[in-house]
Amino acid sequence: MGELQATHAAAHEAHGDHAESFIRKYVFSTDHKVIGVQYGVTALVFLAVGFFLVLLMRWQLAYPEQPMPLLGGLFGNRMTDAGVMTPEFYNQLGAMHGTIMVFLGVVPLAVGAFGNYLVPLQVGAPDMAFPKLNMASYWLYFLGGIIMLASFFLPEGSARSGWTSYPPLAVLEPGGQTWWLIGMVLLINSSLLGSVNIIVTIVQLRAPGLQFMRLPFLVWAQLVTSFLLLLAFPPLEVAGFMQLLDRVAGTSFFMPTGLVVDGQAVAFSGGGNALLWQHLFWFLAHPEVYVLILPAMGIVGEIVANNTRKPLWGYKTLIYSVLFLGGMSFIVWAHHMFLTGMGTAISTFFQLTTMIISVPSIIILTVLIISLWGASIRFSTPMLFALAFIPMFGIGGLTGLPLGLSVADIHLHDTYYVIGHFHFVVAPGTLMALFAGIYYWYPKVTGRRMNDTLGRWHFWPTLIGLNGVFLPMFLVGMAGVSRRLYDGGTTYAHAQDVLWLNEVSTVASWLLAAAQVVFVINFFLSLRNGKKVEDNPWQATTLEWATTSPPLGHGNFASPVTVHRGPYEYSVPEASNDFSPQHQEST
Amino acid sequence: MAEIEIPYNSTNHPDTGVYNAKLGIWLFLASEVLFFGALFSSYILLRVGAGGTAGDWPLGADLLNVPLATFNTVVLISSSMTMVMSWASLKSGNFDAFQRYFGATIGLALLFLLVKGLEYYAEIFHQRYPSTSTFLATYYTMTGIHALHIIFGVAVNAYHFVSAKRLYAEEPERFTNRIEVAGLYWHFVDLVWIFLFPVLYLL
Ligand code: HEM
Ligand SMILES: [Cu+2]
Repeated sequence: MGELQATHAAAHEAHGDHAESFIRKYVFSTDHKVIGVQYGVTALVFLAVGFFLVLLMRWQLAYPEQPMPLLGGLFGNRMTDAGVMTPEFYNQLGAMHGTIMVFLGVVPLAVGAFGNYLVPLQVGAPDMAFPKLNMASYWLYFLGGIIMLASFFLPEGSARSGWTSYPPLAVLEPGGQTWWLIGMVLLINSSLLGSVNIIVTIVQLRAPGLQFMRLPFLVWAQLVTSFLLLLAFPPLEVAGFMQLLDRVAGTSFFMPTGLVVDGQAVAFSGGGNALLWQHLFWFLAHPEVYVLILPAMGIVGEIVANNTRKPLWGYKTLIYSVLFLGGMSFIVWAHHMFLTGMGTAISTFFQLTTMIISVPSIIILTVLIISLWGASIRFSTPMLFALAFIPMFGIGGLTGLPLGLSVADIHLHDTYYVIGHFHFVVAPGTLMALFAGIYYWYPKVTGRRMNDTLGRWHFWPTLIGLNGVFLPMFLVGMAGVSRRLYDGGTTYAHAQDVLWLNEVSTVASWLLAAAQVVFVINFFLSLRNGKKVEDNPWQATTLEWATTSPPLGHGNFASPVTVHRGPYEYSVPEASNDFSPQHQEST
Repeated sequence: MAEIEIPYNSTNHPDTGVYNAKLGIWLFLASEVLFFGALFSSYILLRVGAGGTAGDWPLGADLLNVPLATFNTVVLISSSMTMVMSWASLKSGNFDAFQRYFGATIGLALLFLLVKGLEYYAEIFHQRYPSTSTFLATYYTMTGIHALHIIFGVAVNAYHFVSAKRLYAEEPERFTNRIEVAGLYWHFVDLVWIFLFPVLYLL
């Protein structure tokens, strides 16, 4: 295959393809690289949308009851009242912000884009194992996303019961929740196809010589992530069906007996269990948080090794840690439910497992820090972002520990402290890593580098902005202010001392927004004006750099590659270069 | 653009001993185990919450048609057998026998759906709807989702049935593998019914 196919593809490109194949090539493509880019661009757009929604919310939190500047008139009477957003609209923004960020932004970028683009290249394969399913996966995701967005335009508006969609509230709310459920089912099937594809690709299509213990850490991270998606999502799909039936067919899966709303008994047969939803939801959503973090760790691992010019310290430890983390993540879910009265025995079990699962997280962090030790670090733009990931993830992880102990969680549950905790892991953590990945593999995809000066102008304000947004939340939360309050706590006596912090967060979010403008400019300008690169601009060792940048057409490698060594052979004593690529026979 | 060739598409990988689609279907079935696992867990939780048959939970046999469901169980098990035979016929190169057995598999699946439809019709005729009680909601949902799996299987098999000649002529080995994969899925769906039947109708 290899050589023949690739030259064939190249020849085809030289002819200039016919009109019909433009669609085949860039829209309904089966090439994992094109699909990866489609995933990436779509996910970035969704991230921008989700960020925009939260900017609106932050205005309301800092300046409740004041009309939104510029945007106040935009949303019409249904969503705003004299320029002030209505409580209903605030709830819609909150629910959709969470949903969009997690399911349409971060995961599609981390798994759909990075996984799709990099895994086949890093294992030396011509494509994913099932290219057509891969295409279907993208289009299901796209459709799910459109349905989610479209729900804003319903007369009753979008879903508004939080990204967690707890019943009975979610069952009783009008309108958009049904669309949310349908959108979720599509997204779940999309990720199912994607995860089967990634696992089979890694297991079956590794190049000769590429044993499991020679796989780049990123590939391991994607492998474990895919298993989490594969096994954790189905229960949420079931739960989604059941909630859908509660809404449209009048069943009572989640509707308890004798429910009274506004002084009226609701028309349900009853006999259901609202906590059942929470169990099914968190059975997915806890593993899902590792889906958010593991690919980020993988990206950081690659970039740290490359920019320290050293092998990752404790490569095997890293791998055993992510495997352990992946397995454990299935038995910690009820730490989100300590306040539901599960009983002491069950609480104890989940506290114990939560403490245990923190250990591998800390090990991974430690491995990354030790890897920096004694290196002469290249402070490239991707490396800056990767370095920032380490302490930011540290803060996020450490603030999770008190939440995992029910004594502390009774105070902290559903306060801004929780919001601070998980945003630190996902935003200053995962998002920084994803930016690192974009800067690092941009030359691979486009053949050009992103501008380093603009990169720094993106990095520092982003880092400061993120901390400015989320650090105050710990204080607000410890003062006892609940999440999901329409006015940010203005009417509560205990919130008065910390209300000013709401404004700090909001102003920091503007800085953050400004910094992303720099990123967008850099992203597009570099497409045309970025410095052209040779095939391996970072002098990296892994297989994605063994082909041209950008890789030639469908098929990836000009001739089949064979692997001769581990993934991070940097600065090998006596080698002629400070890096020894995996496919190179002699050093 | 020319189709590129994916390694181990129809031949077994020397280390793992399977071809890609076979690993793929096993992974898919693993996720299906969790899918139906969640359904069965929900069933148990709701039933226990209702105080079991001593409480508000009716005995399936009092509401549902056990003889029809028993008949359907036999139908589905037979279809699993014809499915195996169709694959075995392909393996031994007997294309005509394959077509007979494979056609029978599809026919039996349709018969199952017909009987299931009659059951639903009778339930609705007696004004037993999903909204009537949590037991009925569970019953409709679990059997309904199972029926959707059957319909999906019938669609996949029907496609292979009508294009069998062409696909077999082009790549006999690959086609045989596809039937094997479709078969694995089919057996799984049958297996689910083997659990559903006693849980919903008898216990
Ligand atoms: C490292 C150890 C970690 C521990 C011990 C931990 C513990 C917890 C606990 C106990 C809660 C529930 C708090 C409550 O609702 O009262 C929680 C919430 C959450 N955590 Fe973590 N966590 C850890 C890491 C992570 C990571 C890596 C992520 C994601 C990338 C994450 C994302 C979340 C999210 C999204 C929520 C809140 C969901 C919600 O209620 O909306 N956590 N964490
Ligand atoms: Cu959790």
